[in-house]
Amino acid sequence: MIETYLPLIIMLVFGFGIAVVFMLLSEWLGARRFTPGKVSTYESGMPPRGTARERFSVKFYMIAVSFIVFDVEVVFMYPWAVQLGTLGISAFIAMMFFIAILFAGYFWELRKGGLDWD
Amino acid sequence: MALYDVIFYLFATIVLVSAGGVVFSRKMMYSAFSLLFTFFGVSGLYVLLSADFIAVTQIMVYVGGILVLIIFGVMLTTKITGVDIKSGTLGAFQMGIAGLASLAIAVFMIIMSMNTQWMQKDPLAETSTTVEAIGGLLFTEYLLAFGVAAILLLVAFIGAALIARRK
Amino acid sequence: MLESIPLEYYLGLSAIIFAIGAVGVMTRKNAIIIFMSIELMLNAVNLTFISISSFFGNTGGPIFVLFVMAVAAAEAAVGLAIVLALFRLKKTVYVDEVNTLKW
Repeated sequence: MIETYLPLIIMLVFGFGIAVVFMLLSEWLGARRFTPGKVSTYESGMPPRGTARERFSVKFYMIAVSFIVFDVEVVFMYPWAVQLGTLGISAFIAMMFFIAILFAGYFWELRKGGLDWD
Repeated sequence: MALYDVIFYLFATIVLVSAGGVVFSRKMMYSAFSLLFTFFGVSGLYVLLSADFIAVTQIMVYVGGILVLIIFGVMLTTKITGVDIKSGTLGAFQMGIAGLASLAIAVFMIIMSMNTQWMQKDPLAETSTTVEAIGGLLFTEYLLAFGVAAILLLVAFIGAALIARRK
Repeated sequence: MLESIPLEYYLGLSAIIFAIGAVGVMTRKNAIIIFMSIELMLNAVNLTFISISSFFGNTGGPIFVLFVMAVAAAEAAVGLAIVLALFRLKKTVYVDEVNTLKW
């Protein structure tokens, strides 16, 4: 049972090891030349504006809250989808009730303008 | 099986070290990222306990959802790299009391678990915590709790929207 | 498979995680750090549920953990919203500076 996860663990160990080794190698072998373009925040990108330390808008938080609610919905949906064939119509109705309730909240949020950006 | 033991101790070390990092780190962002490793370590322990669905759920809900909310909370309230200056201002006496109380909790629970006569293990234990069993039970026996969870999520969604928004 | 690590080790590990979270709740003053410590304690309890149900072959544990996760998500959304509103009103996230209701 647990042996089926052995490839996953080997992949994790290799992935972690390769990342660490490459970081160390580039630190050890790489040349260090600091030109103004090289030390800028986005090399070959746009010049940064303002500071990164300022506080974020609360709109990001609202997006995260709506994400987490539907995240939990998907978590409940997965065992439902696996077992729907044997559970029959009652489980289907229960899940539709669940989705309807969450979508009521979603449409409320939409009508109140909570997801408008400006 | 030695490999199983090694993996258990590896994940246990990750969880304990990063849990200590969450609580004792002076920078809030370090705490948040330590929490990430705690969640991953606990998820690995779930896989060791052959609860694969719960492990994936842990990653989805805790790492993908709650941790993002917490990091947004950090970014929305304080300077990201700011040191949490007030964390050390609790007096040594109070710190000692808190540490002793927590140590007592841990020792008490460990002694209790060591002294309990646990039931004999079910021989079918290894196949019973999969998605099929969870789905079968969740939509028959726990259907009411499922419906209540829907209401709870709706209330939390609307409540969070009302509290967090300006005005 | 599971015999190599006894159940008591998992229970002891989750007891220690719970105690670390309790230290955080009791000693830290930053509301968000207290929040993270509460999540640690919830994770410890979830680990207990999963280990016991996995050792005894009971499916009730994972279902309870699912509901704990749903409640934790709701709690995180509302709790952090309260912290944000608090920060907007009083410009602080330290719980000892919020003493309007203290008599």
